[in-house]
Amino acid sequence: MSENQKSRSLKEFLFEIGDLSKFTGRFFRETFRKPFEFNEFLNQSYEIGYKSLGLVGITGFILGLVLTLQTRPVLVDFGALAWLPGMISLSIVREIGPVITALICAGKISSRIGAELGSMQVTEQIDAMEVSGTNPTKFLVSTRVLAATIMVPLLVIYSDAIALFGSYIAANIDGHISFQLFFSEAFNELDFSDIVPAIIKTFFFGFGIGIIGCYKGYRTLKGTEGVGLAANSAVVIASIAIFLIDLIAVQLQQMINIF
Amino acid sequence: MAQFTSNNNVIEIEHLVKSFNGKEILKDISLNLKIGENLAVLGKSGIGKSVLIKCIVGLILSDSGKINVLGKDITNLNQTELLKIRQKVGFLFQGGALYDSMSVRENLLFPINRNLHLIDKQKIQELIEESLNSVGLIDEIDKMPSELSGGMKKRIGLARTLILKPEIILYDEPTTGLDPATSREISNLILKVQKDYNTASIIITHDINCVKLTSNRINIIRNGIIYAEGTYEKLKNSENEWVSSFLK
Repeated sequence: MSENQKSRSLKEFLFEIGDLSKFTGRFFRETFRKPFEFNEFLNQSYEIGYKSLGLVGITGFILGLVLTLQTRPVLVDFGALAWLPGMISLSIVREIGPVITALICAGKISSRIGAELGSMQVTEQIDAMEVSGTNPTKFLVSTRVLAATIMVPLLVIYSDAIALFGSYIAANIDGHISFQLFFSEAFNELDFSDIVPAIIKTFFFGFGIGIIGCYKGYRTLKGTEGVGLAANSAVVIASIAIFLIDLIAVQLQQMINIF
Repeated sequence: MAQFTSNNNVIEIEHLVKSFNGKEILKDISLNLKIGENLAVLGKSGIGKSVLIKCIVGLILSDSGKINVLGKDITNLNQTELLKIRQKVGFLFQGGALYDSMSVRENLLFPINRNLHLIDKQKIQELIEESLNSVGLIDEIDKMPSELSGGMKKRIGLARTLILKPEIILYDEPTTGLDPATSREISNLILKVQKDYNTASIIITHDINCVKLTSNRINIIRNGIIYAEGTYEKLKNSENEWVSSFLK
């Protein structure tokens, strides 16, 4: 890559960061100004939350199952099988559950929003909305971002619960442990400081998924190729954002623990 | 009742300039639209005709110049004032721009809910039916946009525009991509709307038959300025070969 190309890529990257910041600023300005599009918010919450239950449930179940099947032999070798429920619940609730569920949501929700708004952009539906007296940022962006911010944490809680159930099933494939004992062991290991920060970061995951999907859709260039690119880059950028947010959240949590 | 400036103009544009990425698309556009008049704006592809009408409703911000719509300079309006002007200016987009996720009824209901705030369901239904009747598509009321042909989408788009009873309508290539028979239907519809709703319109088009049928006056854009202006007959018989060949 020549120096010129490098400098152009860097310029484009910085421009996109600046543009995304402006877009986010506009979201905050418009969202808390009346009137609030409550019906569209409910509609989007249904689309984002309810319609993701199946996918998130299946992946959560498999996650708990596989994690237990992989961990069990190691714990048996160390004679620490009794730690299985606690270890699984800690890893699912603190890290794996939120991150994997958020990545699934990035793939499903961010791409959907990017493609939907991208297609509305190239077919001038967003312009039509604006000339018919509707603020498209409020109607399209605020509702989707808010719905994602609220629904992703709920999906994570749901996925965590299903994953623990999957783990319980896996624990009973090779051995036997009662439902009550498994869950009592699993919850004994969980502390307030494990659950709350993990849930708080999922609000940021949801916000990132929503705002990036909307931004990429809104900035779609003309043509169907642009819609595909918008959906694709929404997923990629949202996934990277999830890891970055997770990294920052873990660092913050450690800093808070030190003090 | 339409408000207008001098000489019964509902739109007056003076020295409009608009550039994209440093390239001046519209260099110095001045034009006016009189009350009840159909003005066709012609020009080669990419010359900035659609940009011009998007500047009129504030979808694109101009670099400089005045755009006076119904007595208000829209370049100086705040969001609320711009919204009020937009309620009086209808816009028919190239593909109709119907909302994919909504049925025809919901597409028409959308501007009603946002602008008229009517509670009486009977009155809302009447408005929707009146609007669909005026474009001859009342039977399609419960269809989704994906079930409609290109011509139907444009007509429903026009019905959605008419529902707010605009004083001005901006048509962005209303007959592009349609077969000759449907193009003629749309052109006749433009005339019907002008007569029934007493609207003034700017029609952006490449379709000379549409121009011939619908326009009272024509402006031709070339090199970012209004290069020629007059009636169809006058421009067709112009001594300027470039202008007369444009209308053949």
